[in-house]
Amino acid sequence: MTTRARTTGLPGWIFVPATLGAVFVLLPLVAIIARVDWANFVPLITSESSRAALWLSLRTSTVSTVLCVLLGVPMAVVLARTEFRGQGVLRSLVLLPLVLPPVVGGLALLYTFGRRGLLGETFSAWGIEIAFSAAAVVMAQTFVSMPFLVVSLEGALRTAGERYEVVAATLGAGPTTVFRRVTLPLVLPGLLSGAVLAFARALGEFGATVTFAGSLQGTTQTLPSLIYQQRVTDPDAAVALALVLVVVAVVVIGFARQGRGSTR
Amino acid sequence: MRRTALLAAAILLAPALTACGADDEDTTLHVYAAASLTSTFEQVAAVFEEEHDGVDVELSFAGSSDLVSSIREGADADVLASADLATMDEITADGLEAGDPVDFATNTLQIVVPPGNPAGITGFADLAGTDVKLVICAPEVPCGAATRKISENTGVTLSPVSQEQSVADVLGKVTSGEADAGLVYVTDVIAAGDEVEGIELPEAADVVNTYPIVALADSGQDDLAQEFVDLVLGASGQEILAGAGFAPAP
Repeated sequence: MTTRARTTGLPGWIFVPATLGAVFVLLPLVAIIARVDWANFVPLITSESSRAALWLSLRTSTVSTVLCVLLGVPMAVVLARTEFRGQGVLRSLVLLPLVLPPVVGGLALLYTFGRRGLLGETFSAWGIEIAFSAAAVVMAQTFVSMPFLVVSLEGALRTAGERYEVVAATLGAGPTTVFRRVTLPLVLPGLLSGAVLAFARALGEFGATVTFAGSLQGTTQTLPSLIYQQRVTDPDAAVALALVLVVVAVVVIGFARQGRGSTR
Repeated sequence: MRRTALLAAAILLAPALTACGADDEDTTLHVYAAASLTSTFEQVAAVFEEEHDGVDVELSFAGSSDLVSSIREGADADVLASADLATMDEITADGLEAGDPVDFATNTLQIVVPPGNPAGITGFADLAGTDVKLVICAPEVPCGAATRKISENTGVTLSPVSQEQSVADVLGKVTSGEADAGLVYVTDVIAAGDEVEGIELPEAADVVNTYPIVALADSGQDDLAQEFVDLVLGASGQEILAGAGFAPAP
């Protein structure tokens, strides 16, 4: 990184705001670490409610990531490899959860899959009740994290180009074979980093979850909901759990960076 | 293009700038109040502003424990009205009050159900049914503590589908029809109007939430803060509170 800066000759002053920005992002993390009650750290993060929340968060985020891959990969491929009228609009709409306040996402899900929602009555008739279940948590997480996977995969697909796919097709490979044997392996690093990002976003999801799924230990109380609940009555526990989330996020971002680095 | 952008910016900024100018001349009184006091304190503030020319009352509503933690972190508050005595105790423990807190209202829990009462709830014992989707406050917040106490008093074990962080969250789950029943304050049921139905809860009479109010030490406008407290305790303040369903403090 530094060598590149030297060759292009960055103006010296640019490092001042850059450093300021870095401090602005990093200092709050330092503040969290400074607040941790290290003597009780282990008991705090291994209490019954903490373990239940962590376990639930990991399980639901994993399922959400799988759903994001199953639905997001085809979506990214369609967006990257086809052209049709209204594609730009469709892309913006699909990416909407990226910028939408999560609470709004939760309300939207409630009005769709809730008991009195658009599809809720149909689901009720089949005996399926989604609200207040772990399934609701998964849906909220999938809703907010899907765009992360679609964006990074679509970018990877566009960068990779269609050359090899065209060659494979002229050599007689069918569309499914091309997709499975050429396209997917080509963008695998991008897919992995997208999936990791989606997982991280699902892990941190809070607003849509509390709005749509509620909060109950062991069923719908994810790590972020527990942190929110504990922050007033048991700040020490909240801080300890926050640190756990920060560490997981850092590890995940490290993974994502590695995945992306190998594409270059 | 560039000119239109500039013009748009000027139009957008103009009211903000003039608003700032007007604010400087006014005295602003910062009142922190429990979320359940939202509509009543908005009315009280209007009366106060009418009586005091040039005074602007700025209201901040949140859960009582949130209010207390922001005041302890140094928030610029002149008056605090909280929804239970325990949170007020944290203020007095830190010596942040200007005088003794005074109780100004009480509130009790009531069962709240969606219009038409689809689950046919008639009383507290019905809430324990396994097919009833019950939403209550988490035990960490005042309404949840009161719920737990009623449950202990009556020996009825509740199995809620969700424990929410505030009364508003419980109400939201009931008005949207997701939950069959919830436990919120009488005043919340009244405020929600036709969106919900309230069911009397005689068991709640023994579990009363008392609302204390206090002028804060770091105010810098002690007289004005005390006058606001007096207004809440006085006839017009009490009338507004009674209209919303609050009972007078004993």
